[in-house]
Amino acid sequence: MRLKSNSLNMPNTQQLKDLTIQVRRDILRMVHKVNSGHPGGSLGCAEFFVALYNEIMDRNEGFNMDGIEEDLFFLSNGHISPVYYSVLARSGYFPVKELNTFRLINSRLQGHPTTHEGLPGIRIASGSLGQGMSVAIGAAQAKKLNNDSHLIYSLHGDGELQEGQNWEAIMYASAKKVDNLIATVDLNGKQIDGATDDVLAMGNIKAKFEAFDWTVVEIKEGNDIDAILKGMAEAKSKTGQGKPVCVLLETMMGNGVDFMMHTHAWHGKAPNDEQLASALSQNPETLGDY
Amino acid sequence: MKTYTYTEKKDTRSGFGAGLAELGRTNPNVVALCADLVGSLKMDTFIEENPERFFQVGIAEANMMGIAAGLTIGGKIPFTGTFANFSTGRVYDQIRQSIAYSGKNVKICASHAGLTLGEDGATHQILEDIGLMKMLPGMVVINPCDYNQTKAATLAIAEHNGPVYLRFGRPSVPIFTSVDQKFEIGKAVKMTEGNDVTIVATGHLVWEALEASKALFEEGISAEVINIHTIKPLDEEAILNSVAKTRCIVTAEEHNYLGGLGESVSRVLALNNPTPQEFVATNDTFGESGTPAQLMEKYGLNSTAIIKKAKTVIGRK
Repeated sequence: MRLKSNSLNMPNTQQLKDLTIQVRRDILRMVHKVNSGHPGGSLGCAEFFVALYNEIMDRNEGFNMDGIEEDLFFLSNGHISPVYYSVLARSGYFPVKELNTFRLINSRLQGHPTTHEGLPGIRIASGSLGQGMSVAIGAAQAKKLNNDSHLIYSLHGDGELQEGQNWEAIMYASAKKVDNLIATVDLNGKQIDGATDDVLAMGNIKAKFEAFDWTVVEIKEGNDIDAILKGMAEAKSKTGQGKPVCVLLETMMGNGVDFMMHTHAWHGKAPNDEQLASALSQNPETLGDY
Repeated sequence: MKTYTYTEKKDTRSGFGAGLAELGRTNPNVVALCADLVGSLKMDTFIEENPERFFQVGIAEANMMGIAAGLTIGGKIPFTGTFANFSTGRVYDQIRQSIAYSGKNVKICASHAGLTLGEDGATHQILEDIGLMKMLPGMVVINPCDYNQTKAATLAIAEHNGPVYLRFGRPSVPIFTSVDQKFEIGKAVKMTEGNDVTIVATGHLVWEALEASKALFEEGISAEVINIHTIKPLDEEAILNSVAKTRCIVTAEEHNYLGGLGESVSRVLALNNPTPQEFVATNDTFGESGTPAQLMEKYGLNSTAIIKKAKTVIGRK
């Protein structure tokens, strides 16, 4: 069974919006329970993950590490594991109730994603930053060797671009015409120590990717499902043309929870009981809590 | 006493190149990557015969390790090639997270290991790589002794599912193992039978150990030489069986004594049969420029050093 929705049909974005709210609740409840984890970036990318797994990617049922004849996704900024786990579970990779084990001893849901515990849906460990683009490129080149026309998607933090390995990979991908790769950068402008512009200003990221001969697609409303679907469809249309494709996804860290927005404070901090109650009240249950 | 002779010398890296070329013809899933050292790694034949299965990544080893990890997803068996220093220390975290912890089937093939790289000096002569790699959970560490064994090891690791570190070198060294040998990962090879001292050696030091055993025999000392081509997993049984007879051991490697083969052997002995041991290894130092022979002499990594340590350890019984 193919798990792809037909992009010629109008996607039911209301369902995706409902799912996004449920994913937010999952994220908040997961990090609250263990008083650790990274809610800010997770909330900022909730719409992206929901759209990716439900509309954008062409996925096979079940999980096979080699991912032959399906689109694959690699998360490079592994600390936003809460959103990844929530969407994987709600896409059928493992039981939703297992979200209850996030960061606990003996869990498959480690603080940062790993293949080590055999969690379906995960194809590489990430957490130590800057490594995911190289891995995604390798998987993309394996697809080409296998004459598999499916695409590789990846996600990277904007602060993560400070890691030099990214620029080795960015240089390589265009030089070797890895045009079956759509690498998305979560442009939320924040990292642990503050605004990316204050910590280590990266200047014009779009110009940098273009200077490295990538095709760049901008999604200015990165927390709007419709904008994401439109932008990702455009990105997909630009694959197969001899250049890797970069999507610059402008998101709001902590999106959907008023006191977590417009600050970097919730990068790696969990809400307390009162804060959780407030955050959940802003996101009423839609599809049922785990 | 069994003695070994040779008619030809070749570099172990050429054994790797020959093995890789053969894999190119026999295993369609094998792919190769190199970070601007194709000639040094002897990868030319594979590349010529399988251009679509070769990835030149340029001088970007971190990216190479990540790409190799990604290529396994889709069923490829990537062999990365660069110098030992750039295969390990430079890219330790990439190997640790994207390959070892992720359990990826990548073969990290490392040439110019140790002092015998020679004149380029300490920046390129890594003496810590065995330690770095053996500490990674799940990583297999192999250091073959001559051209034939390196070729056989290259073929064998393609059949092993999981990450492997294959270490070899630059200089021409005697070919003394058989051309048709079967290479078993983790299985030591007893080269000579002896009763007075066990000499466990790896890589270039195996030939030196055999030379030492000849000289010791002339002096009435019978040495049992074991070729430990696989440092991890270590053939504990072979070591314990030998020291049960000889009651003393010398370990010999082109590596720092810290983190090397010798320390792995010490652990086995401490747990099972505490035995006097002497180390032929570098003594917590960097290397320097010089010819391979000069460096091995200066840093105490030749047959002369092995003979001396053998006599010392026999005296400690």
